[in-house]
Amino acid sequence: MSIVNDSVLFLVLRRMRTPLIVMILIYAVSIFGLVLVPGIDASGAATAPMTFFDAFYFISYTATTIGFGEIPNAFSYAQRFWVTVCIYLTVIGWSYSILSILNLLKDEGLQRALARSRFNRKVKNLTEPFCIICGLGETGSLISKTLDQVQMRFVVLDDRAEPLQELELGDYQADVPALHADAQIPETLLLAGLKHARCKAVLAVTNSDEANLAIAMTVRLLNPGIPIIARAEHAATASNMASFGTNFVVDPYTLYARRLALAMRSPPSYQLVEWLTRVPGTPLPELHEPPTGKWIICGYGHFGRAIVQRLDSMGLHDNVRIIDPRPTSPDDHISIVSAGTEANPLIDAGIKDAVGLVAASDNDINNLSIAITARELNPDLFIVMRQSSSGNSALFETFDANLTMVTTQTVAHACLSYLTTPMLSRFIREVEKQSAEWATNLLESLAPACSGLVPYVWTTRINRIKTPALNHALQNSASPIPLSVMMTSNRNRDNPLKLMPLMLERAGQLILCPTPDLPLHSGDKIIWAGSREAWNEQKLTGSYANALSYIITGHAETGSWLGKHLNS
Amino acid sequence: MNLEKVVFGFFIVLAATLNFGFFIGDIARPELHHIYELFAAIVVNLIATTLKFGDRTQIGAIHLATSLVADLQLIAAAVTWGFAVHVLGLGMTPEITASVVSLSGGALFANVVSVILLIAETLMMRR
Repeated sequence: MSIVNDSVLFLVLRRMRTPLIVMILIYAVSIFGLVLVPGIDASGAATAPMTFFDAFYFISYTATTIGFGEIPNAFSYAQRFWVTVCIYLTVIGWSYSILSILNLLKDEGLQRALARSRFNRKVKNLTEPFCIICGLGETGSLISKTLDQVQMRFVVLDDRAEPLQELELGDYQADVPALHADAQIPETLLLAGLKHARCKAVLAVTNSDEANLAIAMTVRLLNPGIPIIARAEHAATASNMASFGTNFVVDPYTLYARRLALAMRSPPSYQLVEWLTRVPGTPLPELHEPPTGKWIICGYGHFGRAIVQRLDSMGLHDNVRIIDPRPTSPDDHISIVSAGTEANPLIDAGIKDAVGLVAASDNDINNLSIAITARELNPDLFIVMRQSSSGNSALFETFDANLTMVTTQTVAHACLSYLTTPMLSRFIREVEKQSAEWATNLLESLAPACSGLVPYVWTTRINRIKTPALNHALQNSASPIPLSVMMTSNRNRDNPLKLMPLMLERAGQLILCPTPDLPLHSGDKIIWAGSREAWNEQKLTGSYANALSYIITGHAETGSWLGKHLNS
Repeated sequence: MNLEKVVFGFFIVLAATLNFGFFIGDIARPELHHIYELFAAIVVNLIATTLKFGDRTQIGAIHLATSLVADLQLIAAAVTWGFAVHVLGLGMTPEITASVVSLSGGALFANVVSVILLIAETLMMRR
């Protein structure tokens, strides 16, 4: 890794070669000239020329324009002639050298080498676990902001300069090492700490499927132990990535189609999932209940296909109408060849008695046009829209569709829940199996812990490292310690914390919504949702014996570990 | 033929030959060791050092190291000379001459290593 630091030095030395040689030659010629030219004494008689030492001394102060008048004898005319030449020579030499140095500082190659070396140093000095984010587009910046909020460290790579400049200006708590370089080049990934002992995961979330694939492949080959989270917009890319063991392939369209199907089947379950996967601290999304009935899908691309597949599997096959400009729609669905932006094809598809419409084409403006026409024809329609570019947010907000699928956000939310709480995806799978009543009950009990904002979701492991005090107490206490210990404030044990356990995993067994009186075991994994403050307080209880014993016994123990040992 | 290689080889060999020219002769007799030759050896050695800057290879690093050693030895010789003549006022006694010439002898050794490296590098290229 020191190659990078060395390269700055070597680059400077290499560029300074010519100016240095010019300076050496000028000094040599000037000194040698002075050694040859005879001098003169006070009486006007010729004397021997200067010695080498005198000449070197004289040139040293003249060339640097310090200009001592220190040598006592006046010069002879011959010496004056030569010194005039020397003065001009040395001034030119110095100016040339200084200009070369200034030019070198502006040099793009040097700047890049410096930036790389700075980046490399920052990455090497990271002591906390971090992940590498490749691509700082809309998805990447949303992910990095949220990771910063939950105090996880990360390194950013992007091959465009503007997003990195925005990152520099952004309001981040931690120092974010960022490099302007192409993440597809293996060397860049290595520089970003792919083989760093603390590297926890690599996220390939650039806008290009090809780049994501290349990054995933590089990571898999160079460091097989590191989880890869990659975004794939095309089914072919997704299956390709999965084929060489990419841990988590985020296909936003399939993911969203699955959520939409969940929303149709059980709106509260869908809402629960939304609450838990959004960016923490943002306002809670409202409840949407997409009706079941006749649906019109405009645009039969990857997204449209994923939705049709889901609707089919819910038994709505005969109620699906497809509108697509390409005549490639499958024969077993009723389909119309059109863009769907005019009224006639929509009426032909039966918009008057349809319950919902999905504007799923890959063109934002077409989607808006479809949705506006459709709402005019049938104002009660439930409209789902696909938004590809966040630049069009103002338009989409004004139209106010029932549901808007923003590709970049969907990817970011999926990546975040995978990174911050790996257990969450298992919990969501469990949620999908549960009934609507179950989800409604859970939502009701979760609501007070949220106070109107998307809750933080985290996992706690009961072990020696994460919760030393609690683990110690569990191994030494005779009576069982209930889960409620982790749900109580350590400032006043009568106050419950604003949090709620969602699921507990014990030896492969999953317990959904564990009750507060459930006894804890060492090695339990619990997934929680709640406020940031509650999370911090719970962390303290788990690791600080005095706080824990106050909650269990009600007595405020004092004293440090050392003090207790000295007293006993 | 690469002009840069010609210049590089020229200065390395010239540094060694000038150094040798100054060194050769009875070690204690000042009239056999002319100061102009020492001056030329220093200048050419400095230029040779500068030419070796910025080469990242292992052989480049050794090249630079030998040149730096030669510079150091020659400058030490010049300082000894100047100090003896101007500060101590001893002039070029046989002792002073011997120490100046032996310092330049050390530099000569470094320069010979440099030339050997140059030859080795050239031979390696013509396999």
